[in-house]
Amino acid sequence: MASSETKTHRIGSDTPFYAALIVISGMYLFLLVAMLMANAAFLVSGAGEPTISEEWSQANPWWAKVIDNPVGAALADPNIQYAIYLSLVSCTISTILSLWVSVPLGYLLSRHEFFGRNLLDAILDIPIVLPPLVVGLSLLILFQYMPEYVRESVVYQVPAVVLGQFVVASAFAIRTMRATFDQIDSRREQVALTLGCNRFQAFGWVILPELRPGLLTAATLAWARSLGEFGPLLVFAGATRGKTEVLSTSVFLELSIGNLNGAVAVSFVMIAAAIVVLIITRIWGSRDLTL
Amino acid sequence: MIRIENLKIRAGSFRLGPLSLELSTGEYGVLMGKTGSGKTTLLESLCGLRPIENGRITLAGRDVSGLRPGERGIGYVPQDGALFPRMKVRDNMAFPLIIRKCPKPQIEKTTSELAKQLGIAPLLDRFPTNLSGGEQQRVALGRALSFRPQLLLLDEPLSALDEMTRRTMYDLLKTVQTQSGVTTLHVTHNTDEAEYLGDVSFQLQNGQIVTGKRPDRPQETCQGAEVPTQ
Repeated sequence: MASSETKTHRIGSDTPFYAALIVISGMYLFLLVAMLMANAAFLVSGAGEPTISEEWSQANPWWAKVIDNPVGAALADPNIQYAIYLSLVSCTISTILSLWVSVPLGYLLSRHEFFGRNLLDAILDIPIVLPPLVVGLSLLILFQYMPEYVRESVVYQVPAVVLGQFVVASAFAIRTMRATFDQIDSRREQVALTLGCNRFQAFGWVILPELRPGLLTAATLAWARSLGEFGPLLVFAGATRGKTEVLSTSVFLELSIGNLNGAVAVSFVMIAAAIVVLIITRIWGSRDLTL
Repeated sequence: MIRIENLKIRAGSFRLGPLSLELSTGEYGVLMGKTGSGKTTLLESLCGLRPIENGRITLAGRDVSGLRPGERGIGYVPQDGALFPRMKVRDNMAFPLIIRKCPKPQIEKTTSELAKQLGIAPLLDRFPTNLSGGEQQRVALGRALSFRPQLLLLDEPLSALDEMTRRTMYDLLKTVQTQSGVTTLHVTHNTDEAEYLGDVSFQLQNGQIVTGKRPDRPQETCQGAEVPTQ
């Protein structure tokens, strides 16, 4: 009886399984690509007013296409130029700061069992789970308790931009560095200790060279987070044109004055930066570290 | 020589000891025990990587129980070799000497001599990632021996190797150990390995070292008095 039962057992097709996979993934992928394509289409359709003379554009039709579009116009705006400059500088500084914090914290969490580790772990997630505006508000409140000269040189000034970006970016950098340390065999470090190293030497000679892909991934993630940071900055640094205006602030400011073209143009600059970051991470970063 | 007296180790809820063990200078000791019996834990404690609760470890007349791992003069070869992947074989082997700030010519000399002895001279400029399991273990052995330790600890160094490689490694281990005269404690669960290599064998059972006897086979072949030539 048993053998005849095995004979008659038929296995259903695997096609529905793969079909479901492909359909669901495909729908989401379509949404992402469509978003980007819509942006591009909006810009190419040239909804904005011409920024260069008629004759010139007829003489150089291809150059005119490149320059005479909302992105070109946005890039020519000194406020936007300042926002690009401030974004690049502030994101880079906050990235470097978050790496300084994430390496020791990531190491501590990955390598050591200690009292209160779970609590520390939870605390480090605060910037990720808190609503962005609340992060900004909390920073603002914190600085109310600071001496006046500190408060005046930070709040609604450029340092607030960096600090706002740093708080959130670090949380992501720490997660990445922790995962990086988790992947590096602690046995190597222990062997280095038996071979005559102190902790510092073991770290510097053996662990640090292996950190490179993880550091790069953490850096690009932190940088990308910083570039997109908006909520904390709006509350803590303000949105003053030409002063604390970063690219995400520009999008907000352009939208608030009804300049959809400008907003899309600035978004496009940010999309370009994000794509560059994505490519860097994919090529040189660690493939196994994702968030 | 190494003497372990009433060593007690606690790792979480796992307890080991009190353990006592003694190996004379130049002896090859084999420590056997089932998986989970605490062999690796014991080795880690000997290296100083794991704190001990009680007891004393004396190495060549010096109490090393309280010393930091790097000050004990113990060469440790873990199961997977744990080579440094971003360093060439040459630098892996020279690592303890670089840390000790030995002069360059001396490092060169020691490294190339050891490499020749271990049969890995052609591999010196390669990175460990591309080496076979047997080659990796040779490099790890070279790295652990380069600073002339008082004691060599091998944690199942051959368990990941195929049968053929294992046989050649037996001979290599035996030759190198005899030539360098380093006291060796080799952890394994392979009876073959224990019989072939060990001058003295120990059994770790239920947190105790139950036997510490010499195998029945003729003693003179494994005392290191004669240097095998092959």
